[in-house]
Amino acid sequence: MNKDGFKLYRIFVYVALITLAITIVVPIIWVMLASFKTQLELVSGNPFDLPQQFLWQNYVDAFNKARMGDYLINTVIVTALALVILLVVALPASYVLARFKFLGKKFFNGLFMAGLFINVNYIVLPIYLMLFKADMFLGFNFFLNNLFWLAVVYAATALPFTVYLLASYFRTLPKAYEEAALIDGCGHFKTMMKIMIPMARPSIITVILFQFLAFWNEYVISFTFMDKENATLAVGSKYLMADAKSQANQGVMYAGLVIIMVPTLILYILVQKKLTQGMSLGGLKD
Amino acid sequence: MTKKKAKSIFVFGCLAPAVILVCVFMVYPTIEVFRTAFFQKSNFVAEETFAGLFNFQTLLKDTTFIESIQNMILYVVLITLITMTLAILFATLLTREKIKGSNLFRVIFYIPNILSIVVVAGMFSAIYAPTNGILNTFLSMIGLDGLRQQWLGNPDIINYSIIAALVWQAIGYYMVMYMSAMTSIPENLYEAASLEGASRVKQFFMITLPLIWNNIRTTLTFFVISTINLSFMFIQLTTDGSLATETPLNYMYNTAFAGKYGYGMAIGAIVFIISFLLSALINKVTERDTYEF
Repeated sequence: MNKDGFKLYRIFVYVALITLAITIVVPIIWVMLASFKTQLELVSGNPFDLPQQFLWQNYVDAFNKARMGDYLINTVIVTALALVILLVVALPASYVLARFKFLGKKFFNGLFMAGLFINVNYIVLPIYLMLFKADMFLGFNFFLNNLFWLAVVYAATALPFTVYLLASYFRTLPKAYEEAALIDGCGHFKTMMKIMIPMARPSIITVILFQFLAFWNEYVISFTFMDKENATLAVGSKYLMADAKSQANQGVMYAGLVIIMVPTLILYILVQKKLTQGMSLGGLKD
Repeated sequence: MTKKKAKSIFVFGCLAPAVILVCVFMVYPTIEVFRTAFFQKSNFVAEETFAGLFNFQTLLKDTTFIESIQNMILYVVLITLITMTLAILFATLLTREKIKGSNLFRVIFYIPNILSIVVVAGMFSAIYAPTNGILNTFLSMIGLDGLRQQWLGNPDIINYSIIAALVWQAIGYYMVMYMSAMTSIPENLYEAASLEGASRVKQFFMITLPLIWNNIRTTLTFFVISTINLSFMFIQLTTDGSLATETPLNYMYNTAFAGKYGYGMAIGAIVFIISFLLSALINKVTERDTYEF
């Protein structure tokens, strides 16, 4: 390649990269600015104008009238609960699947692998119906519209991916540690808790990061299971979007989008290196 | 207690909770999708009548369903081709060329993947808004008034607007994935190729592509499933299937909630099988000898 051609090629590369970067950064900043605009500015103003003033009223309305404050608390509770349940259940299962020989091991490995192909969107209605029937049987709402069971369903549907990821990590750990622990008279449970799980920390962090984002942002299950007064942030934003389509309140909707987006952005900025490195551990997503 | 018995109890105790959760909340509901597809079942009540293949026969004559399958195929083909091409291209540029700020680009490109699909839908509603939307206003600003469109209002282009949004959402994730595969390719392969006089393009096709082929295969297999699901959520949040944008899962959801539960599950069963077959087909078609380094 001659020198001019090479220069042209470099310019083309930078233009392509910068264009894609702009299409990502501009809409995010735009939504943040729009959350401070009045309805009049949003409906008839130029979208590229800055807000005339920083109107916090949209956030006040989002928290008070649109209950985004309640939804925020619900989302924090569900996300935390689901992560705890997921790890408590997935870690021992992954460890056993990776390290022990037992009858039916192939079958159970296959069961979790098959789960990778089942997306929650297909089965959200049968799960709803199952919990609905159970509630009918009990005579009151115990399973549906309950944050705990929402968290259980989140954790259960995340199990195949998590077990796949954790088990592949456990397989890479050297066997010598367990053998030494067993010779020292350490039981299986203690070996797992004291030696193996601490050694699996990198993969556990990957799981927490990925599933935090998945649970925080999830909306199909939550939308199907929870009543409006008990919803999570993503579902609350959906209601705000529907409101913005029919009547006023566009600014409140953008405030809602910022409320759900900002925690994930902050987390991402703090841990982006870990998150993008962790991907080579998993290699797929649902 | 013998050692063997202790081991069995430990294995059972560790495995049981996970297996129970997966069986109750994944296996059983999946079986239910396929079972109720053969039943006439009105809404969320216990009564159900066996209907044989009736639901499936009705589906074949249901124009909305056929339209939704057509849309699904359009989405899967276009989104996969565009996303994969761009993701591989950008990953190559960022790993092979000495780009200033390559780390910053990588960080930015990944951002759409951490946003909730609700946020993505809200953003694109603002971008595509007809009168003072971001895109139309931008086109006017650079003097391209003629290109202004009803991006989410014109049935001829609405599907492509949605495809653009879903490509935007997916590129960064796959780019980062391919980047991590590409950085593990030893540098001396490229040095040797350079000495032999191989051009950049040739290096890409002779070294990069064959060596990350396995990653591409795995991602493609799951990308089909992911596209079908993301398009469902995006469409439920934006058009809800109006203006010729119906997708199978959205149709399933609305049909089942409107009272025709069995019929909705028949849609789900068919889409499930199609997506599984597509994944298997892609897996088969992309089979190559693996290269090791």
